[in-house]
Amino acid sequence: MTEIIIAAVVVGGTGLLLGLFLSVMGKKFEVPVDEKELAVRAELPGNNCGGCGFAGCDALAKAIANGQAACGQCPVGGAPVAKKIAAIMGEDAGDVAKKVAFVKCAGDCEKAPVKYEYTGVQDCSVMPFMPDGGAKTCTFGCMGFGSCVKVCEFDAIHIENGIAKVDRDKCKACGKCVAACPRHLIDLIPYDNKYAVSCASKAKGKEVISSCKVGCIACHMCEKSCEYDAVHVVDDIAIIDYEKCVNCGKCAEKCPRKIILLQGEKPVVKKEA
Amino acid sequence: MVKLLIIAISAALVNNVVLSRFLGLCPFLGVSKQIKTAAGMGAAVIAVVTVSSAICSLIYDAVLVPLDLVYLNTIVFILVIAALVQFVEMVLKKNSPSLYEALGVYLPLITTNCCVLGTALTNVQDNYNFIEAVVNGIGTSVGFLIAIVIMAGIREKIEYNDIPESFKGMPIVLLTAGLMSIAFFGFSGIL
Repeated sequence: MTEIIIAAVVVGGTGLLLGLFLSVMGKKFEVPVDEKELAVRAELPGNNCGGCGFAGCDALAKAIANGQAACGQCPVGGAPVAKKIAAIMGEDAGDVAKKVAFVKCAGDCEKAPVKYEYTGVQDCSVMPFMPDGGAKTCTFGCMGFGSCVKVCEFDAIHIENGIAKVDRDKCKACGKCVAACPRHLIDLIPYDNKYAVSCASKAKGKEVISSCKVGCIACHMCEKSCEYDAVHVVDDIAIIDYEKCVNCGKCAEKCPRKIILLQGEKPVVKKEA
Repeated sequence: MVKLLIIAISAALVNNVVLSRFLGLCPFLGVSKQIKTAAGMGAAVIAVVTVSSAICSLIYDAVLVPLDLVYLNTIVFILVIAALVQFVEMVLKKNSPSLYEALGVYLPLITTNCCVLGTALTNVQDNYNFIEAVVNGIGTSVGFLIAIVIMAGIREKIEYNDIPESFKGMPIVLLTAGLMSIAFFGFSGIL
């Protein structure tokens, strides 16, 4: 019996001594941790998805506390989390808008013809090595092999009828598909903006007409119709400035190709004369 | 004196803790990407192993043997090592945050690093007295430092080489470790 007690005392005593030593040293070598950082970390969702561009929720909390990141940097938490964090940081979260991924291509199987039958590896990244940069006639558009689908952790992007489509309700705007698209077709746009250009072709008008029924031909009609200076044609492609856009829909009305789409609506193909 | 020298050289080179006793491989492979972090890890291990050897030897000789509690050595040694690692972590966090970040998870993992406990147990097994135990601790950890720094140097150079696809990453590192181990066997003739 005494043996057991002695053993317990020895082990327990060692532990106690070391514990005391550590607590004393802990005080001595204390590193002040920013209280804001802890508070911010507590509000973050904790998925550690990396969608914010930092190594994880801890790293983002540190960056926000240091002022290196915006309060609304967390794409998963969205506006509610941004608000709480802003309250902690004493900032106004007013300008944090919910974003959503948007694929700048509407050339699905019917609208954009293919040059040849492709039966090789089903991945977007190999297409640049195929003859003519892939089977699709348009060399700017969505190839539909789903590199974006594979990286999406929220099941929010799918290939429908040959092109990628974003499920706007499921999308958390983490930006992984944006990085995955070899043709840089996916943008994060404000959720509340109703109009976006569903084309990314920088080809000249004539070329576009021959390769896709719904491509931007850089006719400048949208630019002329916009009263708010929000649409501009740069490099033969119309680009909407989402901050200036007031969702009036005039550009969409004027667009002869009907590619400035109300989100979620199908493009209307002009009947051939 | 000669015996101490032999213990030190034997621990550092001939029975190198990583390359011939195959202890402490986790940080050896984990933090050997850059010479600077590798040297930092080596220094942390030197601090922990040396002090833990000393304390463990003291506890063993002064407490465990007189009370006939030798069978408790592993659990007591682990306590000492865990506390020391915590202490080293505090010091690093305070004095060198960049090194603390670079070492990352491998720093607390020194606790479970078998090279630390291995050294403490070797001291007991070989009946080293206090001074011999400390020298053995220093020698062993210096051996770890040598191995991990050489490894980091080789890995920095490997970065620029054209490695076959299937060997990229960990395979080439393990191959390198194997070759280093064979090279270190050359030291076995000097004692």
